[in-house]
Amino acid sequence: MNGEPVIAVEGLTKSFKGKVVVDHVDLSVKRGEIVGFLGPNGSGKTTTIRMICGLLKPDSGSGEVLGYDILTQSDLIKLEVGYMTQRFSFYEDLTIRENLDFVARLYALEPRRDYVDRTLARLGLTNRQNQLAGSLSGGWKQRLALAACVMHEPKLLLLDEPTAGVDPKARREFWDEIHELAAEGLTVLVSTHYMDEAERCHRIVYIAYGKVIARGTVPEVIAGSGLHTIVVRGGDTAAIARRLKGRDGIDQIAPFGNDLHVVGLDPNRLERSVRDAIAGSDAVAEPDATSLEDVFIRLMSQSTDNFANGAGAGHG
Amino acid sequence: MADVAIREPSAPKVARRRAGRFFSWSRVVAVMAKEFIQMRRDRLTFAMIIGVPILQLVLFGYAINTDPKQLPTAVIVADFGPIERAILGAMENSGYFAIDHQVDSEAAARASLARGDVSYVITIPAGFQRALVRGERPQLLVEADATDPTATANALGALNEIVRTALLSETTGPLARLAPGMLPVDVVIHRRYNPEGISSYNIVPGLLGVILTMTTILMTSLALTREAERGTIENLLAMPARPYEIMAGKIIPYIGFGFTQVAVILIAGQLLFDVPMHGSLVLLLGVTLLFIATYVTLGYTISTVARSQMQAMQMTFFIFLPSILLSGFMFPFRGMPDWAQAIGEVIPLTHFLRVVRAIMLKGATAPEIWPNVWPLALFWAAMIAIALLRYRRTLD
Repeated sequence: MNGEPVIAVEGLTKSFKGKVVVDHVDLSVKRGEIVGFLGPNGSGKTTTIRMICGLLKPDSGSGEVLGYDILTQSDLIKLEVGYMTQRFSFYEDLTIRENLDFVARLYALEPRRDYVDRTLARLGLTNRQNQLAGSLSGGWKQRLALAACVMHEPKLLLLDEPTAGVDPKARREFWDEIHELAAEGLTVLVSTHYMDEAERCHRIVYIAYGKVIARGTVPEVIAGSGLHTIVVRGGDTAAIARRLKGRDGIDQIAPFGNDLHVVGLDPNRLERSVRDAIAGSDAVAEPDATSLEDVFIRLMSQSTDNFANGAGAGHG
Repeated sequence: MADVAIREPSAPKVARRRAGRFFSWSRVVAVMAKEFIQMRRDRLTFAMIIGVPILQLVLFGYAINTDPKQLPTAVIVADFGPIERAILGAMENSGYFAIDHQVDSEAAARASLARGDVSYVITIPAGFQRALVRGERPQLLVEADATDPTATANALGALNEIVRTALLSETTGPLARLAPGMLPVDVVIHRRYNPEGISSYNIVPGLLGVILTMTTILMTSLALTREAERGTIENLLAMPARPYEIMAGKIIPYIGFGFTQVAVILIAGQLLFDVPMHGSLVLLLGVTLLFIATYVTLGYTISTVARSQMQAMQMTFFIFLPSILLSGFMFPFRGMPDWAQAIGEVIPLTHFLRVVRAIMLKGATAPEIWPNVWPLALFWAAMIAIALLRYRRTLD
């Protein structure tokens, strides 16, 4: 993964009505990478993506996408970027084929029919090509949207929460498709809320309240969080959870089925508190790997503390 | 073009080079084709394109029937002599007056006029015949209900001729000296309730402009707001279409729809109302094209400003009302106060109405209508400029 940078932006800042939504975000994505863009609602993910593809003008900051200046060359960037919007934004009163025809004409793809046919086939839409987009279910709409934004064979794909409201099987297929495209050299920046999707990315960038607060591979981010996890099994986990609450060195307590994940920063204090709590019960405690979700919840609560007053919401 | 349809792996590159151009017909066609399909799917709007002109034409057309006949008439006649009988007979024969109310007092006559029971009250004073014979030019009073002046205009216009004809047959023998020259009767016309009177000749051709105003602006003012409300604008902006390409793609289909309406109006106008066509049809269509383009662009400009479809509709009516009222469609242009005329001069419909009337009713030729054509062209150019300046290329 040490190709040339596809996205290289620095200091991207954007505010709406005086509220800073994106605050000096630096982002660097290399060719062929799948980078996950994570963060709570209203953290500035969509705004950042929109600035990268020229839909919003940054208040300050600069950078290049595919070697083009994001401030002055957005026309050229648009030609080589596929952008999948968070909300389905193709024409519901057009059929799948008509929508793709429209897109093919906009990108001046010739011969148009071949491009459309190939794209329909690739995404398994051929049988439904004459169905109105408005009558499609969420998964099929998402597939149409993906088809429309990869048809012109872009070099960079920007996906804004592409799998929101899509069932697990369709999500799985969607991600298989993304990995296939990446293997062909396509670069992908994808925003998501789902942990399993984050774990399918080569790298993740975590943004909260407009600021990047963690980045790296999944193991790097987990290691960087400094969190330790102990899993408690057996016994009355609900009672143990109640006993653990508020004890020294305990950050998070989350039940996972019959298990209890207990997370803390200091392994010694964490272990002491857990030992105390399970003393006398038949529960077993042992250290385990910290999950990405625990890290994110930690990051989220931290950033809320820091930015409680300056939080900019609105643009997911 | 050398770089057409190469299907090597480099094809997207070629397309990209082509798509990177400053103007691409492909993109204009993309938007046009999309608009056509959407219009076809939207049956209600499609029905409006055909239905509204016919509906308006029939409603306006019959409401402004310029030549209604057999309107109820009351007469107050003091003495019934041969002259009086001849005049009233001629009036009935003209077909305009249906003398079906006999009243004996002026007050009763006025009351029925006020109630709308009759459209005319004809008063022939006592001693009319004697005064006529003496050459004293007695007065014949015709009061007309002019609340709807178009309803009575023709009858009143024909009145002198009716009286003259009536007298001609009676003024034989010793009265023959009365026949030639000045009408020996002083026909006094009172247009009650609306003394100005409004010419109705202008209205039927004017409908062409009014109907086009309403439908073209309304349809295109939704062009971009609809995309914004449905969220599709985000996609449109993220793709490589330029503002003028989107504008052209959105405007051209509606010019086509406008012309469909023109055909409907002209054919229906001919079939239903026998609208005369004295001038060149080609010239008329040429100016109509310019007019439609102007208003379609105006609608598009509205859609670049309006934030919602509701706003776009309101702005459309904000433009529609002065267009109807101040363009000379509703009221004679020269009868309006100066400030109203000044506003009227910047309304494209004003100029279009003049051109349409001149071509259809007077058979005007190109040089004669030019003074009203260049303002249209100027307005159009201004609208294009404003629309392109207003067009938001980002979601900011």
